[in-house]
Amino acid sequence: MNKTTVILKHEFIATIKRTGFIILTLALPVLALLGIGVIRIVSGVITPPAEITKIGYVDEAGGFDRFTEQGNISLVPYDSSGAALQALVDKNIKEYFIIPPDFLSSGIINRFTTEKEITPAESTIAVTKRFITSNLLTGRISPDEINLIESPLGLVTTILTPSGDVAPEQGGLSNLLVPGVFGILLAMSLSFSSAYVIQGLGEEKENRLMEILLSSINTRQLITGKVLGIGAAGLVQVVVWVVSLPLLLNLASSSIGGFLSTIQIPANFLVLGVVYFILGYLLFAVLSAGVAAISPTAREAQGLAAMFTLFSVAPFWFFSFLMLFPNSPVWVVFSIFPFSAPVLVMLRLGMVGVPAWQIIVSIAVLLLSIIGGLLLAGRLLRVYLLMYGKRPGLGEIIRSLRHG
Amino acid sequence: MQVLWSIGLNSAIILLIESVYAMQAVDVYNITKSFAGKTVVGDLSFSVAQGEIFGLIGPNGAGKTTTLRMMMDIIKPDTGSVTVFGEKLGETTKNKLGYLPEERGLYKKLSVLDSITYLASLKGMSKPAAIEKANQLLAQTGMLPHQSKKIEELSKGMAQIIQFITTIIHDPLLVVLDEPFSALDPVNTELLKGMVVDLKNQGKAVILSTHQMNQVEELCDRILMVNKGRSVLYGNLVEIKSKYQNHAVLVDIEGVLGEVEGVTGKRDRRGYTELLLDDSTTPQQLLERLVGRGLTIKRFEIASPPLNEIFIKVAGGNNE
Repeated sequence: MNKTTVILKHEFIATIKRTGFIILTLALPVLALLGIGVIRIVSGVITPPAEITKIGYVDEAGGFDRFTEQGNISLVPYDSSGAALQALVDKNIKEYFIIPPDFLSSGIINRFTTEKEITPAESTIAVTKRFITSNLLTGRISPDEINLIESPLGLVTTILTPSGDVAPEQGGLSNLLVPGVFGILLAMSLSFSSAYVIQGLGEEKENRLMEILLSSINTRQLITGKVLGIGAAGLVQVVVWVVSLPLLLNLASSSIGGFLSTIQIPANFLVLGVVYFILGYLLFAVLSAGVAAISPTAREAQGLAAMFTLFSVAPFWFFSFLMLFPNSPVWVVFSIFPFSAPVLVMLRLGMVGVPAWQIIVSIAVLLLSIIGGLLLAGRLLRVYLLMYGKRPGLGEIIRSLRHG
Repeated sequence: MQVLWSIGLNSAIILLIESVYAMQAVDVYNITKSFAGKTVVGDLSFSVAQGEIFGLIGPNGAGKTTTLRMMMDIIKPDTGSVTVFGEKLGETTKNKLGYLPEERGLYKKLSVLDSITYLASLKGMSKPAAIEKANQLLAQTGMLPHQSKKIEELSKGMAQIIQFITTIIHDPLLVVLDEPFSALDPVNTELLKGMVVDLKNQGKAVILSTHQMNQVEELCDRILMVNKGRSVLYGNLVEIKSKYQNHAVLVDIEGVLGEVEGVTGKRDRRGYTELLLDDSTTPQQLLERLVGRGLTIKRFEIASPPLNEIFIKVAGGNNE
């Protein structure tokens, strides 16, 4: 077994044995499970009861006497507002409304309730609307026309390719969901993996192990073994999340499960996803190694590394702008900028697609950045790993890189 | 013709064997290293032979650790070069080295056995071989009952013994020890000294870097004394000490000594007296004079100055 493989194996086992790693890997599915439980409990509490809810009304305009049974809601007519109020006080009805004599010209209906609320419940509005519309239109137009007026639009979109054929990807929520979830997982694992690299090197530096290691191996073997070992552990983490996600969503709701079964992940997206995942991880990991080299403690290194890990999550801050202006040239720049490229390209792929040249340029820039990062981190490790105490200033680092 | 050919071949084999034996474990040529414009090691050259304990000595901050780091290829010298067993240091040569640095530590959360086997595997050992040798060395040092403990559960001295084991487990040909006895109690110090001497007896080269001169006097065959990054003394320890002899003898005598011809001064040491001789008196002549006086002589020894004194004498001028 060569020395890089020995380090890789050691780092992989050491990382997956870390309490923090185990907690984090299990936290996502466990939290999701808890969330599902809470949603189920809350929805159980707030689900309308199966028995009939009674809503009173006073028809001062006249002509509103049909369609009083609407699902679980029953509309009960009262002769006067006084009678309706008494019924409300006696809790015979949940609320009541008055259709004033000038309703046809004013369109105003007065509603009275004892419930404290911000806006009326959706179901109340829908039932009242349907009751008014149906009573107003019945006899004047056909029932089908009434239905059409009540829900006038059923928009079915078909996305075509530039040549006019039906496109294989028909967009919609599923196309946003997959890159979105993938982007979140990618950003999370990039941040966590970078943290593990820093923690590992920081511990070796704090425990004064560096000199012992470097008397057996060189900095290149150390970085390569560490980055790949921790990367493999990070991959295990992502696999656990990805595998548990559909299971949890199925558990959450059968309708979500049904929706998931309709999602098809295009092969090119999957391949690009894996490519960006690996490249993104390598870039963040080698830079984290460089940051760990110049920092006296792991804690200080984490703070410094946050500067570039922030870029990986930045596309989510501008998510709404991305949805509103998906073709802005700003996104092209940030799709090529290596720190934001992995997550941003994934998000854009799901939304509007990314031209091939942009993908090629962004992958090339990422590759060059990784090679540059590796050389930089190797040199920083060599110069600064044995320096304990204070962190060098930027000028000093540049000088050492030039002469070291 | 055949006889001539045979003689030539034999000579070649003898030359080859001689050159292998003559090959130094380490050759350091004119290395210098500066940090932030300050010269830490300046134009240092030395070599270490196989089967000797070589002392790299000097006060704190003299440049000993920086020299060792350059030897180990952990930092690069600004100028000069280092060869180990005739080669520049690479992955294969690193496997022939055992290095116990001054700044040392272990993985706190790992067990003793896992720590040793991991570091041994980085020296190219297979896991079963590493476990077998680790158990043997743990037994030798009395650490076997602690093999499953985590490093953080050990005392500083115990951890240092484990570090020493990780340094020698792969049977290195060159062992470099930087302040190896610094955190040890007297019992463990003696244990480790014994193991260091064993390494020498097995024909290995040992470099001992320390500022504790008494340990060097006890263990080393040759020394390099550095001060402010520069060589101030280099060579065989006995020869150096005889060179710096201050023409004196140590005596322990029953009765009153009084005035003795050829003795220019007396210094009381713990349990004995140091007599300083004039240039025309030899120790042999002094012994005859003392015996002639009928004194009972319990100890008579040619005084050699401790390394400490030699160092102060040699480096004193530079320190001012």
